[in-house]
Amino acid sequence: MGKGKRLQALTVERPATIQEAVQLLNDGGDTAKVLAGGTDVIVIARSRRRTIDLLVDVKHIPELTAIEWDPGSGLTIGAAAPCYELYGNADINANYPAIIDSASLIGGTGIQGRASFGGNLCNSSPSGDTIPTQIVLEATANIVGPGGERSVPVEDFCTGPGRNVLEQGEFLVSLHFPAPEAGGGARFLRFIPRNEMDIAVCNAASAVKLDGDTVRWARVSLGAVAPVPLLVQEAADALVGNPLNDDTIAAAAEASRNAASPIDDMRGSIRQRKHLSAVLTTRTLEQAGARARGENVPSVGGH
Amino acid sequence: MANQIISATINDEPMEFLADTRDSLLEALRERIGLTGTKEGCNDGNCGACSVIMDGRLVNSCLVMAAEADGAEVTTVEGLATEDGLIPLQQTFLEEAALQCGICTPGFLVASKALLDANPNPTEFEARYWLAGNLCRCTGYDKIIRAVLRAAEA
Ligand SMILES: Cc1cc2nc3c(=O)[nH]c(=O)nc-3n(C[C@H](O)[C@H](O)[C@H](O)COP(=O)(O)OP(=O)(O)OC[C@H]3O[C@@H](n4cnc5c(N)ncnc54)[C@H](O)[C@@H]3O)c2cc1C
Ligand code: FES
Ligand code: FES
Repeated sequence: MGKGKRLQALTVERPATIQEAVQLLNDGGDTAKVLAGGTDVIVIARSRRRTIDLLVDVKHIPELTAIEWDPGSGLTIGAAAPCYELYGNADINANYPAIIDSASLIGGTGIQGRASFGGNLCNSSPSGDTIPTQIVLEATANIVGPGGERSVPVEDFCTGPGRNVLEQGEFLVSLHFPAPEAGGGARFLRFIPRNEMDIAVCNAASAVKLDGDTVRWARVSLGAVAPVPLLVQEAADALVGNPLNDDTIAAAAEASRNAASPIDDMRGSIRQRKHLSAVLTTRTLEQAGARARGENVPSVGGH
Repeated sequence: MANQIISATINDEPMEFLADTRDSLLEALRERIGLTGTKEGCNDGNCGACSVIMDGRLVNSCLVMAAEADGAEVTTVEGLATEDGLIPLQQTFLEEAALQCGICTPGFLVASKALLDANPNPTEFEARYWLAGNLCRCTGYDKIIRAVLRAAEA
């Protein structure tokens, strides 16, 4: 709890270019952190759980907040673009409803005014509510650092709770999502004890691409049931080449239950989380299928 | 302690002020500028008492660095009323008795103002969902929601 508590002594820099940011982060070393929406990093700086003496505010670098959509090449969102801008964007609403599912669930409206998909990914919490969505939409993380640029598939980005592939001086510039294909649909859901404002006991995203009734391609991803968000290959294997029906969805759900290796904590037990892995796999697959068939499956809220 | 000068437009008034480089916007508003209408509840993003509108977006000022406000436009609860007096939202909060102890009220007013700016005619569900980041220990929320929906009609 941060009540009445000041942040540790630190300064805030506001680079205007990617190169300046790389320089600041590289010179700053371990105690320099990127400041995107600040909804994780300011909490940490106030709790003093770790030493931070420099925050590099990347929101004045144009690439970090840009949202670019092209029907051919897909969607690129700046790593620091806040959820509020994502669910306010007509192209994202029309083409990537699963992004809206995640964006409208993070915190309350005031948090959504700041919290970014990039910050959620770089915070690398096992329960991050944007990460399964990024994984099933085949997002890639565009990274820049002293050694130049590189891209990493989001499913390979997190390496442990709070840990990821970023090296000294590197940061995330943007996330790229391939263009949706005809017959494709995706859905994200999470389970918490209330409607909003809590950390997921379990979350899941599914994406399918259908040829008529047959599943041509699928991805299922689970969060909060392992040290990193999981891409459950066995769940996809249970679906591809088969019709999307109760039996195949049940087989995928069973694969998710088996893939989950959760912990017991105050939010949920191992048993409950394994059960939820199956339930949320079922529901996200059913609703991804509905979206793939062109049905309207609204995200929560008024967005 | 390191100070920096911050230029921002606060409640339509351009100003420069000195803040510690580690100040949150909430601390700067309350302690450097003397705008104590914005409240500290949890100081970690969960209660909404510190809600302000920054560059057109609702934010929790306890999770904004004061340095980030440099060049920005910020609206606090002090900036809601006009020369003509209280805005409809403030009036309906009074008429519906949408407050008891009042600590949450500035946050609710600012968050509700942001809601009505974005969506002048919210459903009850939309109003409740939008305000989910604002906590009130006293009213049970119904009166707040009634005040917001009535202000939308006004
Ligand atoms: C009240 C409250 C409710 C919340 N609810 C949810 C929720 O429902 N679901 C959920 O998943 N999370 C939730 N969160 C956590 C947080 O809001 C999200 O993780 C958010 O997406 C973080 O984004 P940000 O832009 O604020 O990141 P920041 O706090 O700015 O950064 C997070 C971390 O990532 C690093 N970082 C940020 N951007 C980059 C970059 N471009 N390159 C390299 N490193 C970077 C930072 O240095 C920091 O370590 C909540 C937080 C609060 C305070
Ligand atoms: S004081 Fe900022 S959200 Fe509680
Ligand atoms: S009136 Fe007391 S907390 Fe809302």
